[in-house]
Amino acid sequence: MSGIPHDHYEPKSNGEKWLHSRLPIVGLLYDTIMMPTPKNLNWMWIWGIVLTFCLALQIITGVVLVMHYTPHVDMAFASIEHIMRNVNGGHMIRYLHMNGASLFFIAVYAHIFRGLYYGSYKAPREVTWIIGMLIYLLMMATGFLGYVLPWGQMSFWGATVITGLFGAIPFIGEGLQTWLLGGPAVDNATLTRFFSLHYLLPFVITGLVIVHIWAFHTTGNNNPTGVEVRRTSKADAKKDTLPFWPYFVMKDLFALGVIMVVFFAVVGFMPNYLGHPDNYIEANALVTPTHIVPEWYYLPFYAILRAFTSEVWVVQIASFVTGGIIDAKFFGVLAMFGAILVMALAPWLDTSSVRSGRYRPMFKWWFAILVADFIFLMWLGAMPAEEPYATLSLIGSAYWFAYFLVILPLLGIIEKPLPQPATIEEDFAAHYGKSDTKPAE
Amino acid sequence: MFKKLSIAAIAALTLTSGAFAAGSYDTHIEDFDFSFEGPFGKFDQNQLQRGLQVYTEVCSACHGLKYVPIRTLADAGGPHLPEDQVRAYAAENFEVYDEALEDTRPATPVDNFPENNGANAPDLSMMAKARAGFHGPYGTGINQFLKGMGGPEYIASLLTGYTGEEKEEAGVTLYENKAFPGGWISMAPPLYGEDVDFADGHSNDLHHISEDVSAFLMWTAEPKMMARKQAGFVSVFFLSILSVLLYLTNKKLWAPIKAKARKED
Repeated sequence: MSGIPHDHYEPKSNGEKWLHSRLPIVGLLYDTIMMPTPKNLNWMWIWGIVLTFCLALQIITGVVLVMHYTPHVDMAFASIEHIMRNVNGGHMIRYLHMNGASLFFIAVYAHIFRGLYYGSYKAPREVTWIIGMLIYLLMMATGFLGYVLPWGQMSFWGATVITGLFGAIPFIGEGLQTWLLGGPAVDNATLTRFFSLHYLLPFVITGLVIVHIWAFHTTGNNNPTGVEVRRTSKADAKKDTLPFWPYFVMKDLFALGVIMVVFFAVVGFMPNYLGHPDNYIEANALVTPTHIVPEWYYLPFYAILRAFTSEVWVVQIASFVTGGIIDAKFFGVLAMFGAILVMALAPWLDTSSVRSGRYRPMFKWWFAILVADFIFLMWLGAMPAEEPYATLSLIGSAYWFAYFLVILPLLGIIEKPLPQPATIEEDFAAHYGKSDTKPAE
Repeated sequence: MFKKLSIAAIAALTLTSGAFAAGSYDTHIEDFDFSFEGPFGKFDQNQLQRGLQVYTEVCSACHGLKYVPIRTLADAGGPHLPEDQVRAYAAENFEVYDEALEDTRPATPVDNFPENNGANAPDLSMMAKARAGFHGPYGTGINQFLKGMGGPEYIASLLTGYTGEEKEEAGVTLYENKAFPGGWISMAPPLYGEDVDFADGHSNDLHHISEDVSAFLMWTAEPKMMARKQAGFVSVFFLSILSVLLYLTNKKLWAPIKAKARKED
């Protein structure tokens, strides 16, 4: 493996040598787990472990739930109640799975914003970033498919609204929507294919996670300074890094333990807090809920989707220029996927030569506004589609795009960055040492 | 009790005022003080039994509980009725259609409560989880965090929320109700107070029987609540210990590294 120079696995016993010459799996695991990791990583670098744990939790609880669930429009809702009432421990497994999805998204958002602040997306980590974005998209798809399975009112109407987005695509939309649904409307064919895909996608995510880890094990982790590990020699690299095992495994496990305390408190004491009451009503094609609201983790992008109504001038121009092919609905869909696309393009939109936000005095503020904007959009997504929320959504959406398309490119040119430490070792010593800049702990 | 309730009601009034409005009608959900609220809350067995009686004698005329197995009435985390009593209850009160017999027969504990769509009445199995009494403020969910989702509060407020006003719309009589979104409900007032007599002589005024049946419906919606909270406590307790141990391990592990950095500086 290329990357930061470090000690590699040497088979010692005859048995190890025998296996190593045939399948170097122990060596692969050793190199993975002993990876030299910047020693100055802060607590925002724990989310990777949390995410890995979430993926495992969701797959394990999900596999058990499948043993008792029936993917059929007449039986799905009742089979969930069967799990809740008759299956031993079924209520806990289901609530873990339900709230596990929320923890998964809390962790992924923290992970993404960590990357955005410390410039983890920048060269040479663009591929890691792009794969991460793909994982995030698949997570959203998987979460949506899973939410349909209990076949409650929000499942049904959420599926109707979201698949309707594909119907907004000009020319092919209607056909595409029918193809996705397996019929003219959300029905049994929809439920069975959503079930099948909800089972499949987590394994695709697992594959991408392995590639994601492989990619950053090649480039090395980013760190709070954004300064690279010295690769001139093994000795130099050792001054900047510590092996992942045991130093970071222990640190991450401690963080995971604390997060688990909170997670189990939510599961045990308020498992329905993040859910929607309407999903305890069986799906009914004849009764539309008063407010169709997606799960909280989609709300920012849902707000962007709804922000672009036919009254917005950008939409009117787009509609005029394309001869009506891009209408308000399709524009909204483009904006929603565009919001994720511009984030994925951050490595090429950010022109600054400095990686970490820590040394970028102007960037810091724009980034803080971006985080606030994300929370603001999340709140707006849950509000009814009326004034003043429509205008506010438009402002929130405009900032999201402006941050990536205007602010990031410009900042790199006009901003005067602060001095960065020469090495990670220096930063670590400054933090824990008796230096003048920071008091000792 | 009454003092507590009225304080809770006043608190609810001030807290929920302006928090949620369905249409132009301001609904009012009273914050009943249920025994099962909060992490330490438990179902009150006697209350669940009284609620069962209210459901059986009044609600079951129109509403079903089709997802609830009758045998669960004997569960320790629920009404905890003796098994022979559950058997007698099932046989006395409900008839089910048996496909093998091609005929109806008296219900047994292994059957579910029957489905009942009398007068388009919705099934009540999950009603206490399918409604949220508390909202906001301003779409933040803080009220639900502090007071719970408010499903049983919604049911109890609905049962006590009739004003006595009636109107006819398209041949349907609608009744004004302070808790119902929109203000007019097609269900006639089901309870007036003193609709049932409790063997233990517990108060059967409207407020109390509404509260009892709402508590019972919270149990039908969430029958494993007690087991779940216990699992929560056990998990939180052991995970806290584990976290402390991991903290100490991590601290000890990093101590020489940090000390070295200090020395070199």
